[in-house]
Amino acid sequence: MTRVGIIRLILVSAFVAVVELACRTGIIDPFTMIAPSAMAASLAGLIEDGKLGADLAFTLTNMAASIALAVVAGFVSGAVIHALPRLRRVVDPLLAAYYAVPTFVFYPLLVVILGLNRLPLIVIGAMFGTVGMAVNTIDGIDRIPRVLIKTASAYRMDPIRAVLLIKLPAATPHLFTGVKLAVTYSMIGVVAGEFILSMAGLGRSIAFAYNDLDNTTMYGLLLLLLSITTAVNVLLNYAEQRVYRRWGCA
Amino acid sequence: MGARAAPLADAATGARGTALDITDVTHVFGGAHGVQALDNVNLALQRGEFFSVIGPSGCGKSTLLDVAAGLIVPTSGRVRFEAEEVRGVVPPGIGIVFQEDASFPWLSVWDNVAFGLRREGHDPAEIRRRVEYALTFMGLAEFRRHHPAQLSGGMRQRVCIARTLVLQPRLILLDEPFGALDQQTRLLMGEELLRLWRETGATVMLITHSLDEAAMLADRVGIMSARPGRFIATLTTGWARERDSGIVADRRFGELTATLWRHLRTESMRSLRGDKA
Repeated sequence: MTRVGIIRLILVSAFVAVVELACRTGIIDPFTMIAPSAMAASLAGLIEDGKLGADLAFTLTNMAASIALAVVAGFVSGAVIHALPRLRRVVDPLLAAYYAVPTFVFYPLLVVILGLNRLPLIVIGAMFGTVGMAVNTIDGIDRIPRVLIKTASAYRMDPIRAVLLIKLPAATPHLFTGVKLAVTYSMIGVVAGEFILSMAGLGRSIAFAYNDLDNTTMYGLLLLLLSITTAVNVLLNYAEQRVYRRWGCA
Repeated sequence: MGARAAPLADAATGARGTALDITDVTHVFGGAHGVQALDNVNLALQRGEFFSVIGPSGCGKSTLLDVAAGLIVPTSGRVRFEAEEVRGVVPPGIGIVFQEDASFPWLSVWDNVAFGLRREGHDPAEIRRRVEYALTFMGLAEFRRHHPAQLSGGMRQRVCIARTLVLQPRLILLDEPFGALDQQTRLLMGEELLRLWRETGATVMLITHSLDEAAMLADRVGIMSARPGRFIATLTTGWARERDSGIVADRRFGELTATLWRHLRTESMRSLRGDKA
């Protein structure tokens, strides 16, 4: 592990230790928050019970579908917008203002249109992530050296092949920012959707535990979600660093 | 891997005929009130000829190369490659090496060089043969597994030349390919280019701003005016086909570069002052 990594680990460990101490000594009310060790014990108990399996699978499947949709739709729409300068001039301000729109107001509408199943959750998650991916795709293609675009012409590539064989790989370091945003926003979208209105999922279980004042279960599930998002981010960062090293940008 | 692979093509056969024919080409960027880059350019390159183009900065040399390659459709005039009209699409048989590093950072050196061959659907054995030969020829064999980021600027440019070379182009267009390299490396790269030219028998058009490079490498040197560019003179160097950088010590080399500079000096001054031709 690098020196920075060790310092980071020490900082996080120190923070957890302080929270543990504050919870154990009663500085933090147990009705507000339970100690991190109790969260870990709760999570271990939930896993041992085997009750989590269906909800976890439901949420992870939704997240995966939502992320895949956001990344693909974001990349395709970004590439199309980039290829059509007039369209870009029209939609640029809309893209910039997109995250000011409370996307969740469309969730009930999506439930009406698509039914009370996993589809509205996947779509709302994808809606959160798509624009971040699209904006970063446009930015990434903007940054591709012009000589690589000319090289695509020198190889007589049609526009689709130029995107797949040259633009996509050439923009990869910049696309990682978009992928990371799409992953984060899509995960938030899915869990928040489950929290509001869903038949299953970790979000729904957290909401149930919250309404029942079952802090032990709620924090156990939150720790699980935190572990999932951290693991995904660590994997993405690892992949990003590999690409950066290979590209010589590190 | 250490064995030298078979050559890519037979050495020059000496067959003549026109490879590239540029007739009355004018190009204006940005419509009627835009910037005129080329003005009535005429040029005919014989098969197997090494032709250099020099001219002041911004005189339209790179535009001429883009027009010749088919990357740009000229505003008026006609370009023909082996008697076929070139218009907006790079014809098969033309290879281009750009001034900037155009290596693909996501691919290894080997995959960079094999890129075009895979696109053309050659069988794996043929791809391996051509790539190994090109890598050996360009002195990159031991770097085949490296990525461009691990190479120097000169080596990356050699990767780009090798990537063009494996496609066995009959016309190689080079846009200041050694522009970012130091003088010693340029001389050595020039020698490699001469070796490549002799071995493949291809026609070469080299855009350069170096008088020495133009004089050393070319059979003929075309001198362009300040923008809008047109040819104001064409000199024949008279070098033997078998030549290397040793000719820089030749008395005629000095005379040749002096003549080139005499033609170019006025145009360069006009270019600096921003005068129109």
